[in-house]
Amino acid sequence: MTLLGNIALWVTLLLGVWGAFMGFAGGLAGRPELARSALRAVFAVTAAVVVASIALLTALLGRDFNVEYVAAYTSRNLPIYYTISAFWAGQKGSLLFWALIVSIFMTLAVMLAPRRDREFLPYVAAVCLVVVAFFASVMLFASNPFERLAFVPQDGSGLNPQLQNPGMTIHPPMLYLGYTSITIPFAFAIGAMMSRRLDVTWLHAIRRWTLLSWLFLAVGIVLGMWWAYVELGWGGYWAWDPVENASFLPWLVMTAFLHSVMIQEKRGMLKKWNLALIIGAFLLSIFGTFITRSGVISSVHSFTQSNVGFFFLGFLIFVAVASFWLYTRRLDLLKPDGTLESMVSREAGFLFNNLLLVGIAFSVLWGTLFPILSEWVRGTKVTVGPPFFNQVNIPLGLALLALTGIGPLIAWRRASVANLKRQFAVPLFTGAATLALLAALGVRHFYALVSFALGAFVIGTIGQEFARGTRARHRQYAEGYAVALMRLVGRNRRRYGGYIVHLGIVMLFVAFAGMAFRREMEATLKPGESAQLASPFGHTYTFTHLGVSQYNELNRLVSAASVDVRKNDKRVTLLTSEKRQHVDGFGRATFEPSTEVAIKSDLLEDLYIVYAGSVAGTEQTVYRFTINPLVWWVWAGGFVLVIGGLIAMWPGAGSAPGAPRRTEAGYGVTLAAREA
Amino acid sequence: MDRRRFLGGLVASVVPVAGLAQDEAQTDSTVGQLWDPNRAGRFITPRGERDNAEEIKAIERRLRCTCGCNLDVYTCRTTDFTCGVSPEMHREVLGLWEGGQTAEEIIAAFVAQHGEAVLMAPPKEGFNLVGYAMPFAAVTAGFAALLLFLRHHARRSTLIAAAAPTSSVDATDDELARLADELQSDEP
Repeated sequence: MTLLGNIALWVTLLLGVWGAFMGFAGGLAGRPELARSALRAVFAVTAAVVVASIALLTALLGRDFNVEYVAAYTSRNLPIYYTISAFWAGQKGSLLFWALIVSIFMTLAVMLAPRRDREFLPYVAAVCLVVVAFFASVMLFASNPFERLAFVPQDGSGLNPQLQNPGMTIHPPMLYLGYTSITIPFAFAIGAMMSRRLDVTWLHAIRRWTLLSWLFLAVGIVLGMWWAYVELGWGGYWAWDPVENASFLPWLVMTAFLHSVMIQEKRGMLKKWNLALIIGAFLLSIFGTFITRSGVISSVHSFTQSNVGFFFLGFLIFVAVASFWLYTRRLDLLKPDGTLESMVSREAGFLFNNLLLVGIAFSVLWGTLFPILSEWVRGTKVTVGPPFFNQVNIPLGLALLALTGIGPLIAWRRASVANLKRQFAVPLFTGAATLALLAALGVRHFYALVSFALGAFVIGTIGQEFARGTRARHRQYAEGYAVALMRLVGRNRRRYGGYIVHLGIVMLFVAFAGMAFRREMEATLKPGESAQLASPFGHTYTFTHLGVSQYNELNRLVSAASVDVRKNDKRVTLLTSEKRQHVDGFGRATFEPSTEVAIKSDLLEDLYIVYAGSVAGTEQTVYRFTINPLVWWVWAGGFVLVIGGLIAMWPGAGSAPGAPRRTEAGYGVTLAAREA
Repeated sequence: MDRRRFLGGLVASVVPVAGLAQDEAQTDSTVGQLWDPNRAGRFITPRGERDNAEEIKAIERRLRCTCGCNLDVYTCRTTDFTCGVSPEMHREVLGLWEGGQTAEEIIAAFVAQHGEAVLMAPPKEGFNLVGYAMPFAAVTAGFAALLLFLRHHARRSTLIAAAAPTSSVDATDDELARLADELQSDEP
């Protein structure tokens, strides 16, 4: 199987290089036979990558421990689903997984492209094939998943216990799907520049791909937060780790693009900016991979350090130079068709929104790279951790939240004073009332207060938009309110899907603010002893240690500490936190003991209990008890965000290809002519 | 079973029993021994009030554990409980605190020992100020540039509108009202 895998990788590399040349040559020279060859290479390369992936999966599932990667990431007693997830758990396998996803996406892009996008396809194929060939070369020359050992170990090392979590079976694939699918919009952008077709057509081609990529990244990020929360045991979900930041950066830039693209669609403006955002998003995804794999920046998520970092750095520089060279050569084709008419307009709101999104992306990138810069300038290493990022990003994030509410309230082109008054009254009242209520209830944390008040303001905006739209349909078509609401969303999916995404963002901000009221304590308890912890919501929890039981599971020895939980003397639940000692097929310990957290979650707060360990091997136990307010809303907000994204992305949400948009027609003031 | 195996087994069974006897002598007799203590992670010292003191937590949240986990000392020592470095740093903080040192003195002592990298965020001095100021400076500069851009466009638009004939729209009031509705009801 390793021979087959290696051959498949070589085929991928050679066909990838061939197809890339044919694609560029066919597009530039206008030679359809070369372009066809490039498109065929897409399918052939995908088939070769699929064969390589099957070879690796076969080795993993067959426990072929002579393969170094299999021995390093699996063991005989590893459950089958984690054996499959070992495919992307290590550096080498994840490179192959990345190549697999890019290949599948490029095949779909080629197969699903409508007729109007055919002109871009040779370039799209060429760019994607360059990316896949690059990954194949990294595997063949630096990090080969099919490398064999000189001997056959009796058993493998097993998968890191922290990766043995359901979240890890889907969180990394989602992130990879997000990272890799950015390749498609980037390829279309390059195709548009190379073919000099920089009208609105290429935007239609990439908007949905960008939204898909944005959605996958969002799901991956939220799942990563969930995994960190339930598995790592530190009680939080975001640590501003460089690798977390690396996934956040392209997401921010794509969010900016998804807003500013509307100005280009409606007004023919911001063409240069939108193109730069797409190129930037792709570069940031490669940069994220470089960070994760080079070891240049210290991170808990980093893969084993190896020389693949140099490959990625070289590729990053090559892509950046080539893209921006092409970009500067096409600036004359990127002149705006229209002009902004007022500083108080929806367009201006989008521009400020873009400024903040890109500003936050810059500050995250800056903070991530500042340790390197400091070492370079001063020769002194510094740590840039959560205190720095929170200090810089919370004000920017809150300003962005405010704009989330303000933007939809301002009319396109030019807002009048009367329009502003009418639009802002309800949301401003909602925000102010929430602020007053919380202040009266004794909430004094500044950022939390601002966050809750702005959240209420945005909800006021969203609610008003839904209410007015529903009422209008109810009046116009005599529909019941529920039907009117459904049809309102169904017929304006992009707009109302966007509002639902905003709602998810509000929920996330509110949840983040809740962590300001976190309570925690450590306690040492003998069986039967209790500890008490006051909730920020006014009640008190009593935790009674019941004892520690020990038993064997499939691939681990478990010590489980149980706690009886009472809320104001009323029994709530029994929670059990575990220490797990993972073992291989021969019962030998494989990793340091890991901790399984006990969590009870409700709308207000999470009880988060960690069994720290035992005192001198007895049942006298040390616990960490934490009350994390509003964490449930993080997951709910993520879910709502994804639902909104799906609604916005659902086919049929936009106009028919080629047809003039109603608003575009409006801008041209062609209504009278059409009516006539 | 041969003689060597028998003697080996005998020794193996006596050693843990002796170890257990020693442990039991050291611990509270009302608390039962775990069946297999080695499964439950590393042995842990009981926590007291000073471990939960907010002042100590606040200091430890500013210090980075040097084990390479990228977490602060408090978070690291209360997470997974496998790190051997953060408990040691915690003891050091407690020792300095009980020796009468202030939070800033304790932080300074750690910086002197480990360098600036032991702080979770760079101190706001010297070149580090560039680090703190740059994001805000960039956004402020972007804001100013955007305002200029918008003003320029708004003026240009006003000039174009002024130069254009006023009665170019061939539409009735009703049609214009419908157009306004269309504009309002489309995408955000």
